[in-house]
Amino acid sequence: MHAPELGEQFSDLEHQAAALRFGMWVFVVSEILLFAALFTLYAAYRTMFPSDFRAGVLHNTFAYGTANLFVLLTSGLTAALAVFGARTDRRVFTGVMLSTTAGLGLAFLAIKLTEYGKHIEEGSLPGPWYHYSELPTFGGNRFFTMYWGMTGFHALHLTAGVLVMGWMAVRAFQGRYTARYHVKLEMGSLYWALIDLMWIFLWPILYLS
Amino acid sequence: MNLGLGPSRQAAVNELFRRVLFLPPQSSTMASEIDHLHYFVIATTIAGASMVGLLALYWVLKYRVREGLAPRSDPAPTSPAWLELMLAGSLLGLFCLWWLIGYMQYVRLRVSPKNTLDVYVTGKQWMWKFAYPDGQSSVASLYVPTGRPIRVLLTSRDVIHSFFVPDFRIKQDALPGRYTTAWFEVPEPGTHQVLCAEFCGTGHSVMRGQVVALDPSDYARWLAAGNSDRVVGSLGEDPRAPLGQVGGPSLAGPTNVEGASEEDFPPAQLVNLVRVGTQAAAQQGCLRCHTLDGTPHIGPTWAGLYLGRVPLTTGEVVTADEAYLTESMMDPLAKVHAGYAPVMPSYHGLLSPGETAAIVELIKDLRDVPGRTEPPAERTAEGPPPAAGAIGRAPQERPALPLRQAPGQGPMPPAVEQGLPPPGLQPNPPPVGTIEIAGPNGTRRTVPSAIPVQESKP
Amino acid sequence: MSAPAEILAESTPEPDYLSVESGIWSWLNTRDHKRIGVMFLATVTAMFLIGGCFALAMRTELLTPNRTIMDAMTYDRMFTLHGVTMVWLFLVPSIPASFGNFLLPLQIGARDLAFPKLNLMSFYTFVLGAVITFGGMMVGGTDTGWTFYAPYADSTPTDVVPVVVGIFILGMSSIFSGINFIATTHLMRARGLRWGNMPLFVWTIYATSVIMVLATPVLGMALALVGLDHALRLGIFDPAVGGDPVLFQHIFWFYSHPAVYIMILPGMGVISEVVTTFAHRRLSSYVAVAVSTLGIAFVGFLTWGHHMFVSGMSTFDAGVFGVMSMFVAIFSAIKVFTWTGTLYRGQILVRTPLIYFFGFLFLFVFGGMTGVALATQSLDVHWTDTYFVVAHFHFVMVGGSVTAFLAAAHLWFPKMFGRVYNERMGMLTATAVFIGFVLTFFPQFLLGNMGMPRRYYSYPPRFQFLHVLSTGGAWLLGGAVLLAIGNLVVALRWGARASANPWHSRGFEWLTPSPPPKHNFPVTPQLDFSPYDYSMTEEEARARAGAR
Ligand code: HEA
Ligand code: HEA
Ligand code: CUA
Ligand SMILES: [Cu+2]
Repeated sequence: MHAPELGEQFSDLEHQAAALRFGMWVFVVSEILLFAALFTLYAAYRTMFPSDFRAGVLHNTFAYGTANLFVLLTSGLTAALAVFGARTDRRVFTGVMLSTTAGLGLAFLAIKLTEYGKHIEEGSLPGPWYHYSELPTFGGNRFFTMYWGMTGFHALHLTAGVLVMGWMAVRAFQGRYTARYHVKLEMGSLYWALIDLMWIFLWPILYLS
Repeated sequence: MNLGLGPSRQAAVNELFRRVLFLPPQSSTMASEIDHLHYFVIATTIAGASMVGLLALYWVLKYRVREGLAPRSDPAPTSPAWLELMLAGSLLGLFCLWWLIGYMQYVRLRVSPKNTLDVYVTGKQWMWKFAYPDGQSSVASLYVPTGRPIRVLLTSRDVIHSFFVPDFRIKQDALPGRYTTAWFEVPEPGTHQVLCAEFCGTGHSVMRGQVVALDPSDYARWLAAGNSDRVVGSLGEDPRAPLGQVGGPSLAGPTNVEGASEEDFPPAQLVNLVRVGTQAAAQQGCLRCHTLDGTPHIGPTWAGLYLGRVPLTTGEVVTADEAYLTESMMDPLAKVHAGYAPVMPSYHGLLSPGETAAIVELIKDLRDVPGRTEPPAERTAEGPPPAAGAIGRAPQERPALPLRQAPGQGPMPPAVEQGLPPPGLQPNPPPVGTIEIAGPNGTRRTVPSAIPVQESKP
Repeated sequence: MSAPAEILAESTPEPDYLSVESGIWSWLNTRDHKRIGVMFLATVTAMFLIGGCFALAMRTELLTPNRTIMDAMTYDRMFTLHGVTMVWLFLVPSIPASFGNFLLPLQIGARDLAFPKLNLMSFYTFVLGAVITFGGMMVGGTDTGWTFYAPYADSTPTDVVPVVVGIFILGMSSIFSGINFIATTHLMRARGLRWGNMPLFVWTIYATSVIMVLATPVLGMALALVGLDHALRLGIFDPAVGGDPVLFQHIFWFYSHPAVYIMILPGMGVISEVVTTFAHRRLSSYVAVAVSTLGIAFVGFLTWGHHMFVSGMSTFDAGVFGVMSMFVAIFSAIKVFTWTGTLYRGQILVRTPLIYFFGFLFLFVFGGMTGVALATQSLDVHWTDTYFVVAHFHFVMVGGSVTAFLAAAHLWFPKMFGRVYNERMGMLTATAVFIGFVLTFFPQFLLGNMGMPRRYYSYPPRFQFLHVLSTGGAWLLGGAVLLAIGNLVVALRWGARASANPWHSRGFEWLTPSPPPKHNFPVTPQLDFSPYDYSMTEEEARARAGAR
């Protein structure tokens, strides 16, 4: 009478799916607050060093940040399509969409690493390693410390996301996500949306103005 | 708390409360007022806690059952909403009253009055160092005159410390890289312990000191006991670190200030802060861009700058107070004076807190020098201030206490402007001998110029 | 009586959760919220005793003005270790992770928490965090105090990194539990159980979980950055490279003030259950307690600045934080009035938990009111960072939360283990805990008034008299705590069998046998009535829950 996925504390799968979805949302809120601490720090230091931060932003390569923005937005779309695929019971489509998402995540990381390489070359490194000659100020140091901290932390999340997506792609090809029960897939793509969202907030404050 | 009693009865009630609550003596002008609020709050706390406790006890005794619970015929009574709201509302009213009184007192504690005598206080692991505007500096003992508001400008060389004088009911954190202020006024001569109240490492609990309040004539003699024309070293390094010996992470056991002998406290080392400031400004190259006589140059002139209104490149206008001046040295590009290029490098780590204080003191000393191109005016300490400079500061009175004018003060000789150091600073043998000071009850006693801390008994 | 009601009755044939499986592995790998709750209970109690040992060592050191038994560096590590252990290893998880875990599903009529695996993971995350924290303390030790203020934490010669990592992991455990509790409360309630009828303990666990989920990540980030600062010299909070140490304080207290409500709210829930259980009547105002619980949870996020009145913040900000602190205090006062009012016209059974209730009432009101006194800014200037603050927070945390923890242990002991403890011994130790407590911490208020700063290894001799009193009290308190816990431990093995509902409570958790069977309720009960309705008999309540 119990489906294999059904925990014994739940009455039916729908109930279980609702609980998991709800729990995931709470987790997302918690993650947002984790980033919020960093955004607060950024805001505080930006009010202390407005011109240095502006100089730092203008120095950052707009193209890298924006390319990454588009990569991530596209991956967000494919992650959503994967959920759509599961909902309509298209096994291969779902798997392909999930692998694409993971691939786009890797592309993001590749672009990010290229950009990091440029920063290392010019010396715009965090904290004690900072020796960027065009902005030899505390403010510049603060900006690039925050930059590395925020993008690094985001990249960590993204790496975790790529692993999750890859694993889910395998499960999708195995046909584990059915139209009746695919809440884990929904949770995964919600997590991916969170990563997207963070970049949407990081992009303007690190590359735009 | 005015209970409608006569002044002597009121004093007796005050004294009774103070002793019952183990409060230290009320040795500053603000202390007794703060204590009155304290009595009010604590008495309410004790009364409230006892009332709640006793009422609960009464009901338990009254409605207690030993065995055999009967099912209730009625659902037990609930408290009517109006009662809850009334209780909560009146309590909130009481709390807000405390907040109001407390906040007003707090603002008075934080905002120092005009005409303060300024002392620069530097905390470092694990000692307090005091630098006076007209020359002296001392370690562990802060000498102040009675009957005059004293402002301490606090900073730290390393981590956060907190300057705490229980007898005055004041406390203020000393933060590295910036200045905070506190003030107090001592009506009676006496000695009051200074404690460090923010954890700062192994020597935290021995980072003590004292405030020695002298009556103004004694204070003047104390000042005179050292010759401020002869100064010791620079403020950058401590000539001796009396508490440093017990410090260090490998500290075996702390030394109490109380138990320490007089030798642990070097008598006042006499340093003319303005002159040290001038010297530091010259050595560090400040004077390559800033002038002291109002002549326009690469950077804004220091003449008449202090407490002037500074228009920023952002369009804002700020007051050039100690905080702004310090920030401008540590992080010059944060607030750039409109009309000047953002070219100044940061001096963080290059200037010691002592030098920073000295340069700020130098700028303060130049506040009555007119800015812009007028030729430097002759001036005396007591004389009415010349019109405010171009930066537009309202004229302000000079401190009332006669401060002895040191030779280095006033408009700088051209040599200084060209970056040459002023006449060198030579070591000063510690002043010998004792001075007589007034004690608390009209007594007089003879003490060396550094006085061991006395236990103040509640 | 209908058939399902019989299933709920004591005579159920299903074995209880303790005896259904045996062997150590059946515990270590369990998904049962009750077993996980018991494992948490054992772990946090051990943490409490360890933290208490550090406290006793500290108190002994403070017997004399100078060195008594240890050197300054050891003392500094000791109070850090004490604070860290007591806050993160004991008090934050104490009631939610042990009693909350055990009782939340029982009180809402669920078979388990929503995510049993996450629950077990939370336990092991906690253990891992504890091991790393203690490991770090053993090898290097940290002397920053539990507040990790920068820039001292950046430059201390001791090693803060392992401790900070440990606390970060403990925070993850908190978040996991919080998510689990929130989802369970929202989605696992039995049929008919409205929010307006939920047991108050559930309300407080729910509110606590909300704070955990919102505030813990911010702390995690702040501590991670301090760890990076210390390890890599990034200088995020170090003024030597343009960082701002006060910013750290803001972020730290943004978590840690709400965290004090994480520590007291579950205790308030316990107290609400104790007072209704032993007065055998409903609360004098259910709505007041439920609403003020949420009030504390939300307004509590706006008061953090009251820890920083002398840090140099603007007087305007200070004023705002001051007045918000006054507001948040009102919610606690409303609760106190409601509890007291609940005694009125009750049928009061005087038992050990009620003695703890008394202790709580007096000590929490006193401690809370001294909190209000501290929020009065001109007074805080004198008191901050003195023993007055130490006394304040021990009154609310030991007199409040730990007392509530002990009350909970006695109240639910028969529920959890199906045995009864020695009642006379229980009452005696409860009284001794109260007396020992007052003797330990009341003198510390006076010390604070005198101006004795906290975190002082050595002190001027004028403070000695009060320190000696406090140390004497601490030993008495330690002995009393040990006896109280010992009394329960003895009863685990030798206590008489308890009946299903020894206190004749109407709480939903008592609808099941004691100890409960593995799946709590064989049939989901129908809980469309109040858990505080004493106009029903026990049998009527059972029948009503099982009907249908
Ligand atoms: C369980 C933990 C807990 C709780 C519940 C509280 C509750 C409160 N705390 Fe406390 N606090 C701490 C734990 C806690 N605190 C800790 C750990 C610290 C120190 C941290 C550190 O620096 O290491 C601290 C420090 C602290 C400070 C900073 C002191 C300083 O360092 O300078 C302040 C200042 O405002 C404060 C205020 C308050 C207030 C206003 C409340 C209010 O919520 C209290 C509300 C309760 C009541 C008001 C009682 C009920 C009242 C009545 C029933 C009325 C009685 C009737 C009559 C008067 C008629 N606390
Ligand atoms: C939940 C929180 C909690 C609890 C329960 C306690 C409990 C106690 N605390 Fe704690 N304390 C803090 C939280 C807590 N404390 C915090 C956060 C700080 C600030 C730290 C900092 O500054 O960073 C602090 C600081 C602090 C200080 C100030 C140190 C200083 O500033 O220099 C003191 C001093 O007296 C003290 C004493 C005590 C005492 C006597 C107890 C007693 O209640 C303890 C009772 C005793 C026991 C429970 C022991 C029972 C065990 C035995 C008798 C031995 C048997 C042992 C085994 C079987 C293993 N504490
Ligand atoms: Cu300096 Cu504590
Ligand atoms: Cu607080």
